[in-house]
Amino acid sequence: MTTAVMNPSATTTGQRSPGLWSLAWRRLLADKVAVIALAVVVFFLLLSLASFFGVVAKGWNREVAINYAPPTLFKDSNKPSADLAPGKAAQSGPAIDGAVAKAPLDNDRDPLRDVINELKTQLGQSSGTEAAGDIKIVDPLADVMAELRKKLGRVGEEGAAAVDEKKLESLQFGADKWGRDVLQKVIQGSETSILVGFAAAIVATLIGTFLGALAGYFGGKTDDVLNWFYSIFSSIPYILLVLAIAAVLKQKGILTVVLILGLTGWTSIFRLVRAEYLKHKARDYVRAANAIGASNMRRMFVHIFPNISHVVLVQLSLHVVLFIKSEVILSFLGFGVPVDTVSWGSMLNEAQNELILGYWWQLAAATAFMAILVTAFSLFTDALRDALDPKLK
Amino acid sequence: MLAYIVRRLWQIIPTLLGVILLIFFLFNVVGGDPAYLLAGKISNPEQIANIRKQLGIDEPYYVQLWIFVKQVVTFDFGSSWSTNEAVSSIFATRLPASLMIGIPLLILETVIAVVIALGVAYLRGSFTDRAAMITCTVAQSVSILVYIIIFQYVLAYKFGWFPVQGWGNGFFENLFKFAALPILIALVVSLAPNIRLYRTFLLDETNQDYVRTARAKGLSENRVMFVHVLRNASIPIITNLMIQLPGLLVGLFLIERFFSVPGIGREVILAVERSDFPVIKAITVYVALATMLANLAADLLYKAVDPRVELK
Repeated sequence: MTTAVMNPSATTTGQRSPGLWSLAWRRLLADKVAVIALAVVVFFLLLSLASFFGVVAKGWNREVAINYAPPTLFKDSNKPSADLAPGKAAQSGPAIDGAVAKAPLDNDRDPLRDVINELKTQLGQSSGTEAAGDIKIVDPLADVMAELRKKLGRVGEEGAAAVDEKKLESLQFGADKWGRDVLQKVIQGSETSILVGFAAAIVATLIGTFLGALAGYFGGKTDDVLNWFYSIFSSIPYILLVLAIAAVLKQKGILTVVLILGLTGWTSIFRLVRAEYLKHKARDYVRAANAIGASNMRRMFVHIFPNISHVVLVQLSLHVVLFIKSEVILSFLGFGVPVDTVSWGSMLNEAQNELILGYWWQLAAATAFMAILVTAFSLFTDALRDALDPKLK
Repeated sequence: MLAYIVRRLWQIIPTLLGVILLIFFLFNVVGGDPAYLLAGKISNPEQIANIRKQLGIDEPYYVQLWIFVKQVVTFDFGSSWSTNEAVSSIFATRLPASLMIGIPLLILETVIAVVIALGVAYLRGSFTDRAAMITCTVAQSVSILVYIIIFQYVLAYKFGWFPVQGWGNGFFENLFKFAALPILIALVVSLAPNIRLYRTFLLDETNQDYVRTARAKGLSENRVMFVHVLRNASIPIITNLMIQLPGLLVGLFLIERFFSVPGIGREVILAVERSDFPVIKAITVYVALATMLANLAADLLYKAVDPRVELK
């Protein structure tokens, strides 16, 4: 049943008059803010997919730099090299925004763009201290060599001898307590948050839609029971219910977080879907479906559902944002993802103590990434609602 | 009117029973056996059996459920597993701190949000309106955690305008010294969503015919916006306020945690960290009850605001 939702352009076929989805799609594309927001969201999705398959941010757990290596992104590094000439350094500020908006468009044409970008960033990182980055592009084994050298270096440190390759003294986004690259961590955190946000939103939408359809369509006793169920869940404040379930479920994990958020967050979807089914079940097309002998299930999900799927889609989008924010809070408190997983929430937790010591970059990176994604997603959701329901203004 | 209230109160019972069942299912069935947890690492079977007997969890489920129902009705949840403090005393001593932050916050937030929303609704479509809405969207996208961390660091730690954390004994000391920064942060966080929400409520009204009539009569814009539009938009605003009211009990749990405010919200987090089931159970059930009562109060307020509303 999600196929209709997931594939908005499916109804766009040659000669037929444009359907709801193609009209909505056109309206969406006419909205500049929506297009930029969508591009940012797509970029984040690609980024987390790339991170999921290990293309980028694979080595987030490696200690590549000295402890709390400072970031070089916003100011000239201590020893200005050719790469960080004033002109280039001035560009690097707006470069994040630009990259975010541009990259998904480029991606359509050039599948290797991500990899190249990644190489470029690595080059940028290392050029601040040593020319190792140049070798990396030419020599595919450079990574292995660097790994070996680092191990050697660790041995060497004990002997206090000058080592050929030291840990980096600065990184574009800085490093954390153990010298891990904050950029890679924050990308890894995006993956976690986006995965949890989408999975939990899908769980909540499935539950809310299914129960709402049953309640609205059948009415009577079914409606009473499901409404009772709804009133129970909606009378407990959301965050309290989430914490109560977190207290009960001992094992931590991404699946647990998804379940907690999904099982508690379905109520508003239920209410809206129920109202839609109440409205639609008495319409002529449903009666006609009844007359030709369509079963209840068929009428509910084949006939009515496509007509209300725009409501569901907007709710799905709203809930992704809600759950991403909730996941950050849960992980911050330590009730969320396990310790060996990075999330924006766990980064903020570390950053809280680092800030007093003056190390602000982990806080800045996690905040910026989250704010950009959530802003884009919210703007996109608003535009989506406007596009799907032009009467509403 | 009285008949309506009695009927609504009567309807609360099945929902409350549902909440009790849900909490019971979570903590007594899914939650598993807390005896091992309580006995600690070094324990022998006798100790475990002893604890189980004390807690009554060696009884069949229906007996345990009955005990739970009795606890809810008599307001006696026994004592906390970790500190042995009576749950009722936890409520009594933690509630004032939560309300000390919550009530001023709710008043300030509503007044400020309504005034700003009136302003942007009046200037609808203008540059100011768009800029305000974009600011709200961006402000909403930053996690509440970030606001707390940065405000606490800059205003309290760096500038020293407020105490970094803590809580005192005197009423005024707490309100003006310790609660000030928490209230400020909560205000900043809650303004953005509320302004957006109230703006849509107000816009729904400014498009109505009666507004045009009022303007045609030559009423001042102030009178049109503050008297005519605001009064008509107050029903959804009241609903929103009432929805937020039970939240005061749980408080702003993150803020309470960061600033070590001894409120209910911090107690919830502590209880979750310590697996202190009686405390969580009690707080959840009573906050749910408070929510249902707040919904009833909202419906009664509608009648006061708009005489056309019929209570049925």
